[in-house]
Amino acid sequence: MSRVASRRRLSPTLVFSAAILIAFALIAVVSLFALPQDPFDFVSDEPFSPPVAGIWLGADYLGRDVLSRLMDGTRITLFMALSATLLAHLIGDTLGLLAATRGGFVDAVLSRIVDVVLALPKIIVGLVVVAALGSSVSVIIGIAAVVYSAGVFRIARALGNDLKEMDYIKLARSRGEGMAWILFGEMLPHVVKPLATDFAIRASFAILFMSSLSFVGLGVQPPMADWGGMARENLGGLSTNPLAAVGPAIAIALVSIALNMLVDALDGDARH
Amino acid sequence: MAHFIAWRLLATLLLLFIVSLLVFWACEILPGDVAQVALGQYATPENVKALRIEMGLNQPPLQRYLQWLVGAVQGDWGRSLVTKSPVSGLLSERVANTALLAGITTLIAVPLAIALGVVMAMWNGRALDRGASIVILALSATPEFLLATLLVLLFAVNLGWLPAVAYLSTGSGLGQTARALLLPTASLVVVVTAQIARMTRAILGNILTQAYIEMAILKGVPGRRVVARHALRNAVGPIANVVALNTAYLVSGIVVVETIFAYPGLARLMIDSVQSRDLPVVQACAMIFCATYVLLILLADVMARVFDPRSLPQRPMDAI
Repeated sequence: MSRVASRRRLSPTLVFSAAILIAFALIAVVSLFALPQDPFDFVSDEPFSPPVAGIWLGADYLGRDVLSRLMDGTRITLFMALSATLLAHLIGDTLGLLAATRGGFVDAVLSRIVDVVLALPKIIVGLVVVAALGSSVSVIIGIAAVVYSAGVFRIARALGNDLKEMDYIKLARSRGEGMAWILFGEMLPHVVKPLATDFAIRASFAILFMSSLSFVGLGVQPPMADWGGMARENLGGLSTNPLAAVGPAIAIALVSIALNMLVDALDGDARH
Repeated sequence: MAHFIAWRLLATLLLLFIVSLLVFWACEILPGDVAQVALGQYATPENVKALRIEMGLNQPPLQRYLQWLVGAVQGDWGRSLVTKSPVSGLLSERVANTALLAGITTLIAVPLAIALGVVMAMWNGRALDRGASIVILALSATPEFLLATLLVLLFAVNLGWLPAVAYLSTGSGLGQTARALLLPTASLVVVVTAQIARMTRAILGNILTQAYIEMAILKGVPGRRVVARHALRNAVGPIANVVALNTAYLVSGIVVVETIFAYPGLARLMIDSVQSRDLPVVQACAMIFCATYVLLILLADVMARVFDPRSLPQRPMDAI
């Protein structure tokens, strides 16, 4: 098996997207231990001073180091996107497989709730919840997890419906196995691959969703900043240091594009 | 057909009713004491009590909900907590501005996207198709605010041709309005076009693998005719559906674009109201956005059905 795998040529988009994602993951880890400058400290008296040696991406609207804040923001942005997607999958996979296996009343109720969630524009749901509860990292993660779990539920339920007629599932049920074992022990291992693909695409949606909330000023609150927040707070300095606003926006685009390309490449792989 | 439409209309009305319950719950029950929220944490207990009575918060929630719903259906959304003026007065101009932005974007993006998707399908598999596919994929995954920021940087900051802020006033002439709308529309058009073109390409690509297309090619029908005559005819339904669903993507794009350009639209009003926790205005804006979105999904379902009676109702894209 390993010989076959090693002989297969990797597609350039797969290599490109994996490289970008690994690079950002490394930056996120490094930002925990070392940053070029203190992301909350002032390195320049001038707001939006252009890049010089040592301050490689210039200063932001308060005269802080853009590069350090960008690296710090990498960790915040990726942490939020990953936890929201993970939670969405935890909720969506469990309930989706449960709805498929149980059927009947449980399935009907869960499916109708999901219909309603999917029929609402996500960004508007986000704005309403922020209006009600105020904005914090945990509220934003919670909103993203709930709105995206509906789509995950649909996929997990469809996968579960295909599986539940399989002999080994029927056998497990007639053996009297508990529901938890049937869902996670018997079913989950067979649907890990499509769910993992969904995870990647869902994470790209989550990053765009949460950055948009931060960008309109209703996500992560200052002085902490994710990429969306940085892109917003530095909009005023486009004439002297455009990197302060464009840099974080490009970072979001890169991660989102890489995730989409990864899924495209994996899908193409699965088809051949 | 009539039966299908009546049934979907009923489901949509039920959905709107549930949405109204959720919006009311989120804005009036979830925050706890709305009077406290409106006055801030330094308000005296007497002030809070007076406002509670003024706002009718001492009445049971069900009664408040019914009053709100009856008012909303008649276009009376209550009074703003910040300006104290009727919410409906704030809305009308904002709704018109947002409808203008969304309308122009749709008019430009839809024909452009379908043309692009069809051309890419004609180049099926060639280097040009693959190149365009990657560009379209990248653009559809790019946040609106990156495109908008780059456009502002280029056309407003560096070249100075266009205003970075889209002021609209009733006095401004057509030329001025067009200049103000140019950059916001361009940012939205790029994203929406990329989304629709990508799906159009995928739909046509699927159809082109079918047996009757192979038959046509084997018969010697030229490639251009195969796409235009044979494939496109069956793609009209799914594409119409994609278009209706994609205008729903516009909602999130509009929220971002109105922020960057300080465009006086409904989304900007909603964001400002969320920031100042002006809950009656938030409620009204949320209901208008959700109702528009739900109606677009209804339109998508009906269109898919009209063009292809075999089709089951499609679900909305659950991306944004």
